[in-house]
Amino acid sequence: MDAILLQILNGLDKGSAYAMIALGLTLIFGTLGVVNFAHGALFMIGAFCAVTMQRIFGMSFETVDPNQKDFLGNPLKVKTPYLESWFGPETGAAIIDWSVPLAILFSIPIMLIVGYVMERGLIKHFYKRPHADQILVTFGLAIVLQELVKHFFGANPIPTGAPEVFKGSFDFGVLMGFDPNVIIYPYWRMVYFFFAAIVIGAVFAFLQFTTFGMVVRAGMQDRETVGLLGINIDRRFTIMFGIAAAVAGLAGVMYAPINSPNYHMGMDFLVLSFVVVVVGGMGSLPGAVLAGFMLGILESFASMNWIKSMVPGIDQIIIYLVAIIILLTRPRGLMGRKGVMEE
Amino acid sequence: MLGLNKKDTRFLLIVVALTMATPILLQPFPEGSGLAQFNAGYPDLMQRFAIFGIFAIGFNILFGLTGYLSFGHAAFLGIGSYSVVWMYKLLDYNVIYGLPLAIVMSGIFALLIGYISLRRSGIYFSILTLAFAQMSFNLAYSVLTPITNGETGLQVYTNDPQVLLGATEPRSPHFFGIVMNNSSKVNVGDWVFTFNNGYYFCAVIAILAFYLSLRIFRSPFGLMLRAIKSNQQRLNYTGLNARPYTLAAFVISGMYAGLAGGLMASMDPLAGAERMQWTASGEVVLMTILGGVGTMMGPVLGAGVIKYMENIFSKINDQVLHGWFGWMPDGLEDFVIGISHFFVGKSWHLTSGLLFMIVVIFLPGGLVEGGQRIRAMFAKKRGDDDDDPKHQPKQAPHVAE
Amino acid sequence: MGILEVKGVGKRFGGLQALGDVNLSVQQNTVHAIIGPNGAGKSTLLNCFVGKLIPDTGSVMFDGQSVLGRSPHEINQMGISRVFQTPEIFSDLNVMENMMIPCFAKRDGAFRLHAFEGVENEKELVEKAEQMLIDVNMIDKRFMHAASMSRGDKRRLEMAMCLVQEPKLLLLDEPTAGMARADTNNTIDLLKEIKEKRDITMAIIEHDMHVVFSLAERITVLAQGTPLVEDTPENIKGHPKVREAYLGEAH
Repeated sequence: MDAILLQILNGLDKGSAYAMIALGLTLIFGTLGVVNFAHGALFMIGAFCAVTMQRIFGMSFETVDPNQKDFLGNPLKVKTPYLESWFGPETGAAIIDWSVPLAILFSIPIMLIVGYVMERGLIKHFYKRPHADQILVTFGLAIVLQELVKHFFGANPIPTGAPEVFKGSFDFGVLMGFDPNVIIYPYWRMVYFFFAAIVIGAVFAFLQFTTFGMVVRAGMQDRETVGLLGINIDRRFTIMFGIAAAVAGLAGVMYAPINSPNYHMGMDFLVLSFVVVVVGGMGSLPGAVLAGFMLGILESFASMNWIKSMVPGIDQIIIYLVAIIILLTRPRGLMGRKGVMEE
Repeated sequence: MLGLNKKDTRFLLIVVALTMATPILLQPFPEGSGLAQFNAGYPDLMQRFAIFGIFAIGFNILFGLTGYLSFGHAAFLGIGSYSVVWMYKLLDYNVIYGLPLAIVMSGIFALLIGYISLRRSGIYFSILTLAFAQMSFNLAYSVLTPITNGETGLQVYTNDPQVLLGATEPRSPHFFGIVMNNSSKVNVGDWVFTFNNGYYFCAVIAILAFYLSLRIFRSPFGLMLRAIKSNQQRLNYTGLNARPYTLAAFVISGMYAGLAGGLMASMDPLAGAERMQWTASGEVVLMTILGGVGTMMGPVLGAGVIKYMENIFSKINDQVLHGWFGWMPDGLEDFVIGISHFFVGKSWHLTSGLLFMIVVIFLPGGLVEGGQRIRAMFAKKRGDDDDDPKHQPKQAPHVAE
Repeated sequence: MGILEVKGVGKRFGGLQALGDVNLSVQQNTVHAIIGPNGAGKSTLLNCFVGKLIPDTGSVMFDGQSVLGRSPHEINQMGISRVFQTPEIFSDLNVMENMMIPCFAKRDGAFRLHAFEGVENEKELVEKAEQMLIDVNMIDKRFMHAASMSRGDKRRLEMAMCLVQEPKLLLLDEPTAGMARADTNNTIDLLKEIKEKRDITMAIIEHDMHVVFSLAERITVLAQGTPLVEDTPENIKGHPKVREAYLGEAH
């Protein structure tokens, strides 16, 4: 029982990331009918927003401290972040410490702009082209974005810390009445899960309760009719693309402390996210979220030792295996609508 | 000749001539000149031209003819490599055992993966192949370590059985004594030409592969594959079953990929799992599109361009750039070099990504189409007024062009 | 005993009874038209013949064998060719290549790994395809890209592709739908020509009366999923039931 609970918890953070990326993919796919292979790159850009924020906040100047000497006997040079000198050491250090959560604010406008530029500059011209062309051009774009990031940030993963408060783990087991140290769970992962829940909830609420969302949903069902009503559906879809980009970006920002961002993390997540979308059912938003969490948790179950000893290597392939089985037995995925991408 | 019509025979002969003369053609600049770094006539690179040419030719039989976009062909590349290295380990360094095995093994895997993946089409097919390739890649890295040697990569150790290894036999890959690594250098004036055994071995196989693919393109089978891409519904109502045709195309292209992977291991007796990653599949897609999907020459051309760029662009470093832009005023020089950094050296992938995007956006027919357009432009300038396009029925483009 | 025997065919889509108890017999070497107002179930019925739909009840026998449960390519191999409402051709290929595909299908069956023989070297089939193109007056367009042809030519090509298979039964699904009057007349002439030149059985689904009465030898009138009457054109014209159900609305 405790082991099961632990695996569910362990699957939640990856599941959250899958769900958020797949949600964005589905939004783009459902509204624009475009298969976006660059979506993983957006996730990666989000993560590097967090890295950039940390670097900006960490910018410092050097002063010579006459009272201290280094081991050669020269006066010691001390680095002081600008923030600490401006706001005082305590406030400054706190801001630096919280740079990842603060990067959220910084990343939203950036991701919206990136999404907007991408849609207007490139994707727009591919609405009428075959899906294979869409895949190819966004795949090319993903390579370009990935290489740009590599150019600026290098090829190595960049450790990006969560705020001090969230370091360490929480003994979940005690709360549930198990022995101590059986189910421990890092605080930040919990934060990530709640954050994902809020973002996903916000997207659904937005689609459900605003007129904008209603039009978009109607457009997903039947684009032409909505267009005939005199509503500028294209402009809304552009905004939708921006929102999808922002969701992927946010997923990336908050993921930075869990796994140190590197330039190819986008590609790694992209493949899995596509699998998630397909399993959930092309064009189904709840399907994407459900499948994201399901596959995340399934993956963590498969990595349990006794399962691995029973079926060696199952943890490496479980997601793909599930995807293949679902695609063959339930071609529309778990919650897919009829006729999406079917010839 | 050889079951080809005149035009194709001429085409094939040109390809043979070009392939044979590659070590000379790719060394246009004399040794020691400033442009020598653009020479591509060294064995390692030429081998890769031929090998990736084969890979792309095979991929084109599937994607170019039927339109089914596979993102999993790198898996077959890996299977081919592993097969060949295993034959080194068990028998000896003669590639004659490994290469047929590479083709057979990749064919079997392609049959299996294709049989399942081809139940769906469009993007679902792409994702199924992607899933299979990633599965193979992950397994090669983890539980299959006894077969693949995991991250280290599979290689030959001194304590391997190598039961057929003779005392005088070369200790590196060879074909009945022709050692792949050996080359003869010829100096002509300032020019140095390297004629490498490995390259010629690959080149002969590549020509064979090209010839077979040419025959397939011209055959009823090839016609059916193009019909599948064009209108599957009409094909079904014309009494033809699309699935065995696509499956056959998938298996053939998988075997080409396996052969290419086997040749990689024939040049360098090593096989690593990274060869199977889906981005490696992406690379062959890139080559095919860049050159011109569905054309005979395109994929080979694309493979050449990508591999050339990979080698030459990635070699351009600061020193070289300073040499080029040294005549500029200092500030401007630094600026230009800073910009160039995005595209050369370690960042050459950016260049290939951009090139790829440009081709997909503006030139869906790839470089081959580009060439045709330029030729058409010149033809017009020469003033062939008598064939007024309006009164001539539009001729279908010939696939060979 | 007709070449196509339809007995008690019924098909339901959810709550809608698209076809109910259809009985029909198409005789050899006749042109049999199936007419009826929109929504009468003509297309549904046709789809039951070619394997696109499987009826809930009843049987469809072609040449003594049941077609039910077979896939479209198997049914075509039995001898049924189909012309679509909007011409379905291989638009990326040229006219001659379009013609060669049915020739191969007829000779080699549903699949043959025929990878090393040049298409051009199949002299017999090339001749056959060319002869067919001469018959439909398209020989001068044989190297034309199919996508760049006019709609009328596409229709002509599609019929040629079906005819070159020498089908035992040719199904035509509203072959003149959406055509201008001149094009319609051309199509009628083409079909008449075809009928004169060779023994062929055709089943036409059509709602253009002009087409039906110029071609058909037998007519079945379908209304609300059931056959109303089956008779010769002369008798159909004057039939009160048909006037009521169909012609009355049309004129």
